[in-house]
Amino acid sequence: MVMEQILPEEIVYQRPEALADVNTHYCPGCTHGVAHRLIAEVIDEMGIRDRMVGVASVGCSVFAYNYFDFDWVQAPHGRAPAMATGIKRVLPDRFVVTYQGDGDMASIGMAEVVHAAARGENITVFFINNANYGMTGGQMAPTTLPGQRTTSSPSGRDVETAGYPIRAAELLATLEGASYVVRRSLHDPKNIRLAKKAIRTALEVQAQGLGFSMVEFLSTCPTNWGMTPVDALHWLEEHMIEYYPLGDFKVAPTVAQIRI
Amino acid sequence: MARELLKGNEAIAEAAIRAGLQAYFGYPITPQTELLEWMSKRMPELGRAFVQAESELAAINMVYGAACTGARVMTSSSSPGISLMMEGISYIIGTEVPAVLVDVMRGGPGLGNIAPAQSDYNQIVHGGGHGDYHLIVLAPASVQEAVDLTVLAFDLAEKYRTVAVVLLDGSLGQMMEPAELPPMRPVKTVYPEWAATGMMGKREKNILTSIYLNPPDEEQTNLRLLRRWQEVEANEIRFKEYFMDDARYVVVGFGSAGRVALSAVRAARAEGIPVGLLRPITLSPFPYAHIRKLAERVEGFLVVEMNAGQMLEDVRLAVSGQKPVEFYGRLGGVMPFPDEILAEIQRIASGGLTLEGHPRERWLQRMNGKN
Ligand SMILES: Cc1ncc(C[n+]2csc(CCOP(=O)(O)OP(=O)(O)O)c2C)c(N)n1
Ligand code: SF4
Repeated sequence: MVMEQILPEEIVYQRPEALADVNTHYCPGCTHGVAHRLIAEVIDEMGIRDRMVGVASVGCSVFAYNYFDFDWVQAPHGRAPAMATGIKRVLPDRFVVTYQGDGDMASIGMAEVVHAAARGENITVFFINNANYGMTGGQMAPTTLPGQRTTSSPSGRDVETAGYPIRAAELLATLEGASYVVRRSLHDPKNIRLAKKAIRTALEVQAQGLGFSMVEFLSTCPTNWGMTPVDALHWLEEHMIEYYPLGDFKVAPTVAQIRI
Repeated sequence: MARELLKGNEAIAEAAIRAGLQAYFGYPITPQTELLEWMSKRMPELGRAFVQAESELAAINMVYGAACTGARVMTSSSSPGISLMMEGISYIIGTEVPAVLVDVMRGGPGLGNIAPAQSDYNQIVHGGGHGDYHLIVLAPASVQEAVDLTVLAFDLAEKYRTVAVVLLDGSLGQMMEPAELPPMRPVKTVYPEWAATGMMGKREKNILTSIYLNPPDEEQTNLRLLRRWQEVEANEIRFKEYFMDDARYVVVGFGSAGRVALSAVRAARAEGIPVGLLRPITLSPFPYAHIRKLAERVEGFLVVEMNAGQMLEDVRLAVSGQKPVEFYGRLGGVMPFPDEILAEIQRIASGGLTLEGHPRERWLQRMNGKN
């Protein structure tokens, strides 16, 4: 057998340095993995891996610290923005990011994220909205769509008794302290590229000390949605974007000047 | 060094600052709010971090985050606020990072009142958060002691990578007394190897976490914490004794209750009653062995607390039924007077000791006439 040698100059795509060389536990087709890769690529491009401190949350991404190759701490359910505040206040020249699910951030940790944003805390929140609690087996989340079936809304979310889903990006965008709050989706290449750009902008906001930044990602959970990965991407596109429009909800004037 | 006249709460705040405190996070609650207010002025003045958090939950988790950098950090609160902090405390212990907590106790349960009480003994000493853990708990009885124990709390928290608590009641927090403050230490500029500070070109990544999905790993973690606790027990037990050399009866009380009891013991001595006072400084680790030894030579114990007999159970455990234990407590923010305690000492010295029944039951019966 003849082995073909790949020359370094021929490599166009490889694992980012900020991503550890390990297998993840995410289900096949889950877009948590896409979000990880994008964040790692941006960190590499900015050359800030050495100054990163990540705050992992509770949920499927609880082991995010194993998948990224920089310093991490593990927060109690929902409290990541408070932990990030503590770290950033002690080490203002580091990049402090949280990586949180929708159950984590929009339910048990709603107060922590709202107040971190209100304080204009110079941290970045990566918010994965997959419309359910993934880790605990697909229960209703604050983001579950009206009529969406979950293990704890078996006949579909009834807004009469369970209330309405929360649009976190729109909500946080009302806060003066928030500088950059956007929603992106991970369902196709075009949107993935836009998501990456938003990650870059959010970290630039932090680099320049401009205040709180948050990128919400519409993400899939094929396992708990009971769909194939491809069907899940279609479901996201067809149903989630309608309730959670993509776009920029807050771009402070200082942030609008960032060119990347 | 100059002696200064300060409120307990303010003295603790200033002592922490001088011990090199780099970040304070807190939420207002009476009777500890002066501590937060002092920090809000002094910390920014010194270029150090101060955040008034949106809740005690957030405050303790800010402490947790900052503690993960290895910096000297603290928070303070009072009973209901401490209940909210229990989640974070369990995580801090589980992650093995150092932090200092000040609990200025008030009357409870529920919203209770803002008067001085010792109602959090069980919550703090026997752990209010989830999991198998111990906190180091220091109980001052004067403003000077509060200052000294605050500085010690930082050293112990760092030495054992755990949470050290300064536990006092509202009267000590509000009381003004002269105290000698420690010299000012600068904040750290070099962070420990284990900390999450960014790799900064120096090392591999650090992960600070308290999750061990594999049960044998969790067991190992628990065993490691327990072995470290054995070291704490071997090296850090502290207490003060008064009139103990020839004592036949021993009053046991901590903090303000111990302080009031000392007046009662002095009065009893003036009447010729051979009574001494044991005031535990470390409620955790608790001086079990010492009390067990005392039980061999004295006739009985009187535990005095500003609660319904929480430390009483630890004293009984130490005495192990060898000698009678009596109890006297005032609750809900009522302070005991020295003459009330003196009356209990007189009752005991005139033959009122018994091994029968539970001291709390006997005390409740005696309380029937009161209030
Ligand atoms: C205090 C507390 N309550 C509940 C849980 C259980 N729990 C673990 S993960 C989770 C839901 C996480 O869902 P989400 O944040 O949406 O993340 P996903 O798993 O979907 O990525 C819950 C409720 C917990 N670990 N801690
Ligand atoms: S359960 Fe859902 S969110 Fe969690 S890894 Fe699997 S697909 Fe992803």
